[in-house]
Amino acid sequence: MYQYDTYDQSIVDARVAEFRDQVERRLSGHLTEDQFKPLRLMNGLYLQLHAYMLRVAIPYGTLSSTQMRVLADIARTYDRDYGHFTTRQNLQFNWIKLADTPDILEKLAKVEMHAIQTSGNCIRNISSDQFAGAAADELTDPRPWAELLRQWSTFHPEFSYLPRKFKIAVIAADEDRAAMRLHDIGLRIVEQDGVAGAQVYVGGGMGRTPMIAPLVADFVPLSDLMSYLEACLRVYNRYGRRDNMYKARIKILIHEIGVDKYRAEVAEEFAHIKTLGIDPPQAEFDRIAAFFADPAFADTSADAQVDRSDAGFAAWLDQNTHAHKRAGYTIVTISLKPTGGIPGDASADQIDAMADLAEAYSFAELRVTHAQNIVLPHVRSADLRAVYDRLVAIGLAEANLDLITDIIACPGLDYCSLANARSIPLAQKIADRFADPVRQRDLGELKLKISGCINACGHHHAGHIGILGVDRKGTENYQLLLGGSGAEDVSLGKITGPGFSEDGVVDAIERVTDRYLTERTEGERFVDTYRRVGMEPFKEAIYG
Amino acid sequence: MKLLTGNDLASGDVTWWTGRDWSRHVEDAADVGQDGERIASVEEAARRVNVPYVIDAVATPEGPRPAHIKDRIRALGPTVRADLTLKPADPEAGAWVI
Repeated sequence: MYQYDTYDQSIVDARVAEFRDQVERRLSGHLTEDQFKPLRLMNGLYLQLHAYMLRVAIPYGTLSSTQMRVLADIARTYDRDYGHFTTRQNLQFNWIKLADTPDILEKLAKVEMHAIQTSGNCIRNISSDQFAGAAADELTDPRPWAELLRQWSTFHPEFSYLPRKFKIAVIAADEDRAAMRLHDIGLRIVEQDGVAGAQVYVGGGMGRTPMIAPLVADFVPLSDLMSYLEACLRVYNRYGRRDNMYKARIKILIHEIGVDKYRAEVAEEFAHIKTLGIDPPQAEFDRIAAFFADPAFADTSADAQVDRSDAGFAAWLDQNTHAHKRAGYTIVTISLKPTGGIPGDASADQIDAMADLAEAYSFAELRVTHAQNIVLPHVRSADLRAVYDRLVAIGLAEANLDLITDIIACPGLDYCSLANARSIPLAQKIADRFADPVRQRDLGELKLKISGCINACGHHHAGHIGILGVDRKGTENYQLLLGGSGAEDVSLGKITGPGFSEDGVVDAIERVTDRYLTERTEGERFVDTYRRVGMEPFKEAIYG
Repeated sequence: MKLLTGNDLASGDVTWWTGRDWSRHVEDAADVGQDGERIASVEEAARRVNVPYVIDAVATPEGPRPAHIKDRIRALGPTVRADLTLKPADPEAGAWVI
């Protein structure tokens, strides 16, 4: 993992001191809320439905056991004993007191964490593949590039007041586990004639106007990448709309001027920027990359085969583990979607327990996924049973990864001041309806995503089945969407028709899945069947 | 009826104007009639409340009931964590929101 140098540490420490002063001035009345609000947002502090909410950055979703334990400590000491892992691979505390915030940030800074740029019209936390550095199918570890992007974007003076917020994802595998093309900029590291470069997709996003990012450059040598991205941002900063926040994202700019015009503008800007020498020297990149070297994998050649005789363990192995690049090791995903639970929530004790597991079995490293789960990236296969047994003990052994109950849900109207409808109780009802694990596995991969408002934090556009909560004359109502995907087969879901009550949408989903079971052919996932047969059979099943 | 609500500046807790002071309990809230904006301005300037605003509510025998579900959830707490609401011992409290 990357470790702060004195420069990283000093700027984070300075920001804590600065914010401590700002909080004191707010509490003493020297700052009004209008003056203070942009300052607190720059430090990830929102005022939500019930209290202040602090969003902590977890760069590219990677964190250590030590950092995880500090999150548990904060949950226990300053919050109400739990935290919420988000679809941006971050963590949110829902019950923070303003006066405590500087102390919390100081605790975070001591373990090289912060909440900087988790809000505001700046470049947000860089997201990445949660299996980075471990996946059997990746070309290279994308995290050194994600870290370089983090350093480049942190306090970037030119990009601190963009027209709107800006999200970047970087991956290095054909399988897209980071919803890369639904970001403002999505990068896939590729190789061409032995040279490493990046495909650059620009202008994707969800929200009220969902768009899939078009390819702006099919190969940018990595030695030019920072200059190219600087050009991408500079063109957006110059031409992006600031008169209407709903039309201010880069996707709208590219949609309005066209991708060819945008590409040409970027090329012109790049030609200038490249002369400025902002791309890091190889030595600096190598310094960063060294932090992401493989851990000291053991010789596993004498390890026994994993005993699959226990059905529960075998089901968990099949569903929640993935192939590791190193023989004898396995990637484990811990589902934060136990039946009846709240998607993405974990208690302080569970957070501590996951930290303990990482320390004992995964080289003290964890990842947060955009699907609100936790990954132990490097588990020796011989240790899988021990990991599973411990997860059973803490209530986190649900074998449902990518199944219908592995639901992404935003906090919704239970917590969020922007929401129009509740997401979590609906997720719980759906999980309860489909609780039978045999039924779940029979349905196969089925990604269900719920947003409580049009801002789409729950990624409903990208759900095989998506649900959007709306306010219909003061009553919660839910629109159903089918056919979305955030993966390499990216697509946007389409609304089925008139919306439903909370119970009505659960029934509608069951009619949809029942129809899928009658329509599917051998090996077809739900989304494959939808793409083959179209919306009509499902509409007929739902509305008659 | 109209209620004045906001958040406590230091704690962030949801608060309701009682006619003399602020309470965490919506049952204590007073009808501010047309006076809400004026009270909000005075109270915010004195830092006794943060981001105050006026909402519509209905008078019931149990006390004021905010007209919109969002404000009812603010008044009670998250419907999915009864233990974190203002009525943790009442399993039926969530029904009041709906």
